[in-house]
Amino acid sequence: MGKGKIVAGCLAPHPPHLVYAENPPQNEPTAEGGWEQLRWGYERLRASLANVEYDAIVVLSPHWQTYVGTHFLGLPHFEGLSVDPVFPNLFRYHYDLNIDVDLTQAIHNEAQASGLSVKLMENPDFRVDYGTIVTGHMFNPTWDKPMVVISSNRSSQYYSVEVMQDMMIELGKVTRKAIEESGKRVVVIASNSLSHRHFTTESEVPEDMSKEHITSHAMHLWDMRMIDYMVKGQSQRILDEMPEFTEQAIAESDGGAFSWLLSALNVPDYPAILHGYGTIIGTGNAIVEWPCHAHEEGME
Amino acid sequence: MSEGKIVASFVVPVHPHTVLAPDQNPGWKRLREAFDQAAQTIRELDADLIVVYSTTWPSVIGHQIQSDPNPEWVMVDHDFHDLGSIPYSFNIDQKFAHAWDDANKARGLQSRCVNYKGFPIDVGSVVALTLLNPDNKIPAVIVSSNVYANRSETTVMAKACLDVVKAQGKKVVAVTAMSLSNRMFTDFIEPSEDKIHSLKDHEWNQKILEFLRQGRLEDVGQLSRTIQRQIRVQKVVAFKPMWWLSAMNGNRNDLTGNVMAYEAIHGAGGAVVHLDPTPSGVGDKEYDEEDIEYFHGERGVLDAVEDIQAEELTPATNQNSGPELWEPTEREGSVNTDSAPKPVGAYPHARRVGNMLYLSGVGPRQPGTNAIPGGPIHDENDEPLDYDIKAQTHAVVENVRRVVEEAGGTMDQVVDVTTFLVDMKRDFSGYNEVWAETLGKVGPTRTTLAIDALPTPIAVEMKVIVHLGE
Repeated sequence: MGKGKIVAGCLAPHPPHLVYAENPPQNEPTAEGGWEQLRWGYERLRASLANVEYDAIVVLSPHWQTYVGTHFLGLPHFEGLSVDPVFPNLFRYHYDLNIDVDLTQAIHNEAQASGLSVKLMENPDFRVDYGTIVTGHMFNPTWDKPMVVISSNRSSQYYSVEVMQDMMIELGKVTRKAIEESGKRVVVIASNSLSHRHFTTESEVPEDMSKEHITSHAMHLWDMRMIDYMVKGQSQRILDEMPEFTEQAIAESDGGAFSWLLSALNVPDYPAILHGYGTIIGTGNAIVEWPCHAHEEGME
Repeated sequence: MSEGKIVASFVVPVHPHTVLAPDQNPGWKRLREAFDQAAQTIRELDADLIVVYSTTWPSVIGHQIQSDPNPEWVMVDHDFHDLGSIPYSFNIDQKFAHAWDDANKARGLQSRCVNYKGFPIDVGSVVALTLLNPDNKIPAVIVSSNVYANRSETTVMAKACLDVVKAQGKKVVAVTAMSLSNRMFTDFIEPSEDKIHSLKDHEWNQKILEFLRQGRLEDVGQLSRTIQRQIRVQKVVAFKPMWWLSAMNGNRNDLTGNVMAYEAIHGAGGAVVHLDPTPSGVGDKEYDEEDIEYFHGERGVLDAVEDIQAEELTPATNQNSGPELWEPTEREGSVNTDSAPKPVGAYPHARRVGNMLYLSGVGPRQPGTNAIPGGPIHDENDEPLDYDIKAQTHAVVENVRRVVEEAGGTMDQVVDVTTFLVDMKRDFSGYNEVWAETLGKVGPTRTTLAIDALPTPIAVEMKVIVHLGE
């Protein structure tokens, strides 16, 4: 068995509006489109990875929120109906996904060995969170790759963003180690937006794009700052400024996925590819790829 | 039709241990027994309806009200999935839900009903209704907890509920599904190891329960923000349920309270408390917060930030005190912009008449955040604060520029300015220095007046007239 590797890392946010706007057969509500900038961004991301071989997707979603440790979906198969509790009018999605239990177990065990509190979720009645479902659909609409699904430990709310980041950096390292030891080629995904201040009202037609914009100039500036760091390969600066970004932009990075991703990618110093940026009910969302495979090939 | 009223209120814990594992820990068992007693009390009261306000159902777009007449599913907790699953099948009063939604809107609130098969009813509501209404005989309604709502909005939402209670003549039990201290252990523990997370949390819980035992619900409501900061994990959903429950009970402090159980659930403070509306005889206290009937305000960004991060914000940015903000009026010739701060009354940012542009008084507040550069001149208790008049003056000039440019003008078209200072002796020099650097170079006529106060805690305001040219 050869050494496993992360072939790509992605920032791939999960607003249900994107699935709603695409009208896939799995989703009950229908739309007249909307949020095209981001949906085109996902198209570009999928195209960018179309010729990259990989075995599994590892995703960390801010909407499986756990306060007692980090949890992993631990059964081989989950299916059911995911209804967004905040936007049930937009997202009622019939999901059917497979879990790479071996890789899940490997990451879980590495995390446990490193001192993190972890638990496998083995209750078959469990409903997979809508963040995982949305990102899973937008990244891989055919659902033909098994996944590893990691919960978002809310240590930032218990302690601080700094503590959260320390834990997520450790989780990222052990994720990378487990992947390398698995012999598999894997895509790792942080399913989070950037600035995360919502509008508190909704248009009569939710996909009315004349109403869509960032909630404030300050949020925009923070989003652009983070994107600038990503595309310039300055990941360490993102980690350094994560506490300020998370608090001032009320950013969804509080869930730890972004820090975990950068750590799993070994804090990349090469440029990421920005596939798209747009707002959804006022929140800032970027679709970004770190093309590890190309970078490593370039190094060779 | 009988008179509609609240016949009882209950505070109950949210975690699933009381349903799935009461025998694993004596404290969980005592909570379960208190739940069972509460269910018996509700049956004896012959209630028509149970209304649940749940902190574990967050919403963003206003408040959501469950209106599926028979929601059914199997609930598994995100953290405590290993305890098992809770199948549910509830009896929801759809007519009441829709009437409450209408009443919310009539009082200016953003609100909607949700009626979707498979909607994930939250753990707090599932636990409360499973144990308080085990045979589903009493119809229920569940409402979400809006993550951005502050006290005024939560209070008005309760009043809208009471409108419907009275209109439909219902005997209602009001329930808040909530923890007291909500700090859980962040590691896995054996059931036998469970205890309140810290002595400090325990002491605060005891204080809350002491008040509730005395029927002083409104006092707990008024302490909510402090409680949130002291013993609550700083997540978005604040310690709001006491605002709702107090308003449901007329903001009273003379209820008859009974703490039926108080125990730890994985470190968090869980209590079953019965509040009987019968006056306890201890004497009511004055309700000393503004009693709002209609929700006018928007949920500004800082409202949420203030709740979450009040301790982290500096005084200079923590500026939501003061009068309510209004949307600018839109009569003919009005000039308004999102890049200027919201008015504090019914007027536009500016109005154009021919080639002349008349600006309403412009202060330094920042658009969107309402923050005051240089800091406010006093705090919420009117205690004077040190502030920077130069920063405030610069911000005023910048706000003037934004309005003028929105009208298609430029700053060199400003022809007349009247400036109001609240402290001429202290501030004239600094203000004058900034003037010289900015508008002084443009050359408008100027009058500077000392006045007693301005509507917001600012030190300087300008009234500006612009000639927009031909």
